Amino acid sequence: MYRWLLCFRYLKTRYIALASIISVTLGVATLIVVNSVMSGFSTEMHERLHGLASDVMIECHATGGMPDPDAHLREIERICGPALVGSSVSVSVPAMLGIDFRGQQIGRHVNLIGLDPTTYDNVSDFGKYLLHPENKTSASFQLRESGYAPDRKQLAAAGWRHRRDRVTEERRIEKLVAQEREMMAELRRKAGGQSDESDEQAEAAAAAAAAAEGPSFGPSLSQELISGSSDQLVAAVDPMTEQFPGIILGISTCSVRHRDDSGEVADHFYAQPGDDVRMIFPNAAGETKVINQKFTVVDLYESGMSEYDSTFAFVRLDQLQEFRGMIDPQTGVRSVTTIQLKLAEGTDLNAIRDALRHRFPPELYAYNIQTWRDLQGPLLSAVRLETTILNILLFLIIAVAGFGILATFFMIVVEKTRDIGTLKALGASGRGVSSIFMSYGLLLGFVGSGAGLVGGLLFVHYINDIARLLEMFTGQEVFDPTVYYFTEIPTIVHPFTLVWVMCGAIAIAVLASVLPAMRAARMHPVQALRFE
Amino acid sequence: MPTPLVLTARGLTKSYHKDRIDVPVLRGVDVEVRQGLVTALVGRSGSGKSTLMHLLATLDRPDAGEIFFRGNRIDNAPRAVRDRYRNHEIGIIFQFYHLLPELSAIENVLAPAMIGQSVWGYFKSRSENRRRAEALLDRVGLLHRAKHRPGEMSGGEMQRVAIARALMTDPKMLLADEPTGNLDTETGQEILRLLADLKETDNLTILMITHDDEIAASADVCWRMQDGQIHRGAVADDAPALATQAA
Repeated sequence: MYRWLLCFRYLKTRYIALASIISVTLGVATLIVVNSVMSGFSTEMHERLHGLASDVMIECHATGGMPDPDAHLREIERICGPALVGSSVSVSVPAMLGIDFRGQQIGRHVNLIGLDPTTYDNVSDFGKYLLHPENKTSASFQLRESGYAPDRKQLAAAGWRHRRDRVTEERRIEKLVAQEREMMAELRRKAGGQSDESDEQAEAAAAAAAAAEGPSFGPSLSQELISGSSDQLVAAVDPMTEQFPGIILGISTCSVRHRDDSGEVADHFYAQPGDDVRMIFPNAAGETKVINQKFTVVDLYESGMSEYDSTFAFVRLDQLQEFRGMIDPQTGVRSVTTIQLKLAEGTDLNAIRDALRHRFPPELYAYNIQTWRDLQGPLLSAVRLETTILNILLFLIIAVAGFGILATFFMIVVEKTRDIGTLKALGASGRGVSSIFMSYGLLLGFVGSGAGLVGGLLFVHYINDIARLLEMFTGQEVFDPTVYYFTEIPTIVHPFTLVWVMCGAIAIAVLASVLPAMRAARMHPVQALRFE
Repeated sequence: MPTPLVLTARGLTKSYHKDRIDVPVLRGVDVEVRQGLVTALVGRSGSGKSTLMHLLATLDRPDAGEIFFRGNRIDNAPRAVRDRYRNHEIGIIFQFYHLLPELSAIENVLAPAMIGQSVWGYFKSRSENRRRAEALLDRVGLLHRAKHRPGEMSGGEMQRVAIARALMTDPKMLLADEPTGNLDTETGQEILRLLADLKETDNLTILMITHDDEIAASADVCWRMQDGQIHRGAVADDAPALATQAA
């Protein structure tokens, strides 16, 4: 009884001990904040990676892909059993994206994926990362009138409106150019016939000079390489009312992110929904040829993972199969390059993967079978390692705080020597006296880590406001949206983490009070009473 | 007719070791404390009277000799028994009061009860303990200061709180180590009157250490300590003869 009374009283009167516990408080608060932010980040990342990659992915390395995906799926269903809850097939092919921007071609290397929007959403998150609100619920490869990304003013006009404006503008310029040419021709005719010849000579000389300078920056694809040239198609499409096959571009493939003069983050789009882009990719035939196909951008894809946003472009599966010649002309059976599987929650992905690998051994099939964790293994393990090391370091901080408590407690024990003598004279046992200081350590640990818990949770709760405040004072952006694709700092508080951080901190405080408590217990009562 | 013996000690010796030199403090002391008497132990500083009291209170152990409390040997009893003896059978009053500065007067008085009882036991008899502590504070005339801390009290008041504390567990015997040593004469007299009162009303046995001959003279039994030995001193009419022995 007296031990609790006394240690409560010591807590109320010994502020120096509270000072020593501040480091525990700070350590606990930091641990909670760091763990929450780290788990927020990694959960967000897991979610995105997992959402994008589906559970298990079977990729075929052959350019022609694997024929008859239905037969494959039946076989996979047999292997997976009831664990298989969804599947989707797609064609993935390396491609070059060409964007016509102010008369110049911008080339980007992309991963062109042909997918079936309905089944693809079963295995991974696709629709929810599209910009148009209606595409988020049911993705479509038809250009929409307007309403892309209501919160982005750069895309306010995107859609048919942008397309019509652009075409009108192009036609106006064409008309102007034609008028000018006509005027020039008329002028030349008026000036007399003899100058015609010198003009032609000058043009020829300019062309020769250009050739001597080396390759120009304009597109210079040799026509033999390009099969199925889409020029006829171009002529057949009226851009005012019609569109080319739809394509959804990863947002970073057609935009750059920068800061404007006022320091605001701004995106500049080379192409936006409504624009036409060119895709150049190999066909599936044994003798590879390059296909040059025009597409109309119908939406943009923003997952927040820069790796995906800067390399992906999506088109309709059947169209891509047609373009690439992946349809058997005799049987009409289509080929795919990738099968993605969605498995029931809690399924052992590695076991399924191994079973599939056993069925499709790499010696016989050019397949690569991976779980989403395998795909992102190095990244995930790096984050895990980082979290572990941070936890160890922060716990060392609390351990250092433990030595502070140890020193303070020794001081308090020395200061309380006479009281210890008195207590022993009143019949208190050594264990009783030592338990005063152990309880005191426990109480201090509790108070310190409790304060740290509250502080840490408050910090986590207001972390975005704190980041903004810091930004205001320092002018330095804490959470740079040009680097991270989150607008807010993601945090997740795991109750289990709180419990073990609290327990750890309290244990350290109690351990630090063991030595001083033992000293107090061993004190000789007579010497303690005489202590001045 | 002599009253029964409460505390007896035989052949107590004690020496302190300093730099491999033995400094003898007690050289064979015999003690007999009888029920219901005030026994005074007079001596100059360094005569060993405080050491004797520490031995009798089991705060320290003798090098040789035996101590009996009501016929039971206590100097070599297990720790728990000695703790209980100090808590329950005797009350100790110190020259420097030794109140716990963090606790109020009433909490200081309650401290022995808290120490002697388990948390559960204490809670069960909490109101009873509180009543007793209040009664004791009333007895020493300090009920109105129950909530005051020792730092807010005078020396005499602190000593009275210490006496109340010593009586909390209803001990058979009080050991007082110079209870007036740190007080002015008048306050000291008050304390002595209080102790005399207690002896009369509660039939308490008191062993008091003092260096004041006048105080010693007012006791029922008086021993004089010199060079670690007890000499027979002024003795009350019915006091037993005290043996004075050399070691």
